[in-house]
Amino acid sequence: MNLKRIFSIIRKEFFQIKRDKRTIAIIIMMPIMELLLFGYAASTSVDHIPTAVYNNDIGIESRDLLDSFVNSQYFDLDYNATSMQEIEEYIDNGNAKAGIVIPPEYSKDLKNGKTAQIQLIVDGSDPTTAQTILSSAGGVVQSMSVEIIKETRGIEMPQVLDLRSRVWYNPNMSSINFNIPGLIGVILQTVTLMLTSFSIVRERERGTMEQLIVTPITKMELMVGKIVPYVIIGFVDIVLALALSVFWFRVPIAGSITLLLLFSVIFLFGSLGVGLVISTVSKSQLQAMQLSMFMIMPNILLSGYMFPIEAMPDIVGKISTVLPLTYFIKVLRGIILKGNGFGQLYQEFIILTSFGLGFLMIATVKFKKKIE
Amino acid sequence: MENAIEINNLTKRFCDFTAVNNVSFNVKKGDVYGFLGPNGSGKTTVIRMIMGLITPTSGTGKVLGFDISTENEKIRSHIGYMSQKFSLYEDLTVEENLDFYAGVYNVPKNKIKNKKKEILEMADLVGKEHMITSNLSGGWKQRLALGCSIIHDPDILLLDEPTGGVDPIARRQFWDIIYDLSKKGVTILVTTHYMDEAGHCNFIGFLYYGNILSLDTPNAMKEKVIDGEIVEIKVDDTLKSIELLKTMEKVRDASVYGAGIHVLTEPNMDLNELKVFLLKNNVEIYNIKKVKPTLEDVFVFLVEKENSK
Repeated sequence: MNLKRIFSIIRKEFFQIKRDKRTIAIIIMMPIMELLLFGYAASTSVDHIPTAVYNNDIGIESRDLLDSFVNSQYFDLDYNATSMQEIEEYIDNGNAKAGIVIPPEYSKDLKNGKTAQIQLIVDGSDPTTAQTILSSAGGVVQSMSVEIIKETRGIEMPQVLDLRSRVWYNPNMSSINFNIPGLIGVILQTVTLMLTSFSIVRERERGTMEQLIVTPITKMELMVGKIVPYVIIGFVDIVLALALSVFWFRVPIAGSITLLLLFSVIFLFGSLGVGLVISTVSKSQLQAMQLSMFMIMPNILLSGYMFPIEAMPDIVGKISTVLPLTYFIKVLRGIILKGNGFGQLYQEFIILTSFGLGFLMIATVKFKKKIE
Repeated sequence: MENAIEINNLTKRFCDFTAVNNVSFNVKKGDVYGFLGPNGSGKTTVIRMIMGLITPTSGTGKVLGFDISTENEKIRSHIGYMSQKFSLYEDLTVEENLDFYAGVYNVPKNKIKNKKKEILEMADLVGKEHMITSNLSGGWKQRLALGCSIIHDPDILLLDEPTGGVDPIARRQFWDIIYDLSKKGVTILVTTHYMDEAGHCNFIGFLYYGNILSLDTPNAMKEKVIDGEIVEIKVDDTLKSIELLKTMEKVRDASVYGAGIHVLTEPNMDLNELKVFLLKNNVEIYNIKKVKPTLEDVFVFLVEKENSK
């Protein structure tokens, strides 16, 4: 390994990046844009659900019930319906996501100590929202019943089973806190893969590779020289993404930032290695682009960023174990949300390091100093 | 060791297409050796095999005593190579290109500055150091590419159609540089399809569809290869005359040459016989004389001979 030759390649790459406005745009704009877009759009926390109400009851009890729906913050009782048909209309045309129907005998039933019924209608076309509506409505009704029993009978119900749940790491279950760490991994992967996947094949297409491989440079020197600039760029990107998460989205970082950056660099080597392999086996820049797109999709879908790996069918879950991003997202969430230290993450450290070295080796072996 | 390059029975087949067929030649140290042939004759393939960019199907070769199949890496620091497309980094400046190649060739730091100055002067690029390469015109790009390929002071320089696509003045300038390099002792192997350029070489090889048709000095080729005579005729109707001349018994071939015709005849041809024949066919003759064969005549002759096999 001759450091001077590696340095020459690195310098050349930086000069080229500097003069290519589109590449600079990808480096700076893509992480910011993706973070903002996904950060806001991919939020799965649902509250202030527009709700239509059809109240047939004239008693004070029904108004108490509706008040507690409003107080829960989950429901906004925006529409007052005067018939079942009207409720249907509100939900059909999408104005309301939920409908609450209170029958005429609601107050009477309660006074007589009978079970009173209320109907909840949920727009189930979006399962995530529907799930939240169901569980929050359940919660509202549950606490209401406890209160009513206390008031009307003057007794406190002894609880046989008392489940006291506590949510750790992300107590508000804020989806942004959960999404952002994964998103950082996805962005890092996308940017670096796109940039490196061009780096070799571009030189082949332009004819400069022929000139380069007749020099005494070794394959390893070339690969290292090609990777280092993008490790630096990826590092800038992760600092950018972290700053945006902490200062804009207010995602607290529970663990060590140094450890996080260390893991990022290790992950970058693997991700860039994949990019180099793509670039080495591709015959044109177009092909390299298609191949990297082909790689990016499964990474987004199967790495656990979007869907929990536990919910995947076995075979699909197996695929996720060969994606470096799977481990990196685990690390990101571990450090940012749980405050994990190296002790909890050493397995991921070993795996990510092996991925990095492995792909770099494959790229080096696959690369031929020939033009056939 | 007298030969810088020794090539023995080199063959390259791509599937069932033979690009280079059993080619052998030696390049003496300090020579300017020209490879002449039409496009697709295998010149580039030979050069690339010497550079180790392509693995030969069979045959062997040595560059400065190193084997071209197994000792590529040792060869590469001694060779400068300029490919057909002047493969420069178009988005770098002139100086950045030179610095880059100086770096990958590991040119010692204290030499780089002088070497760069020398090359910039040689290539007439002084004052253009900070220009982006893509903004240079053909001749300058070509000379910069040459500069990049000699930044490490190679013993041998391989040039693959270095003058393709540049104007005649730039070509002239380029060959002046080549001569200078040759005087300094650099061995040069250059491919071209310009016949006039072949005349600049000490030694030439004619390559035609993968086969070497002839190897000799330009003068020897002009004198020895053709067994016959060349008559240059200028007439009023060139194309008609060529058809007529081809029917004559003592004429082996006739082809357009510049504004006139070059007729290949049997030895000791009587010019009067030709005159009478043309006049009889109502052709007006402006000028008729015997001339020494040019390299183009030699090449046409060799190709015809090869094709009639």
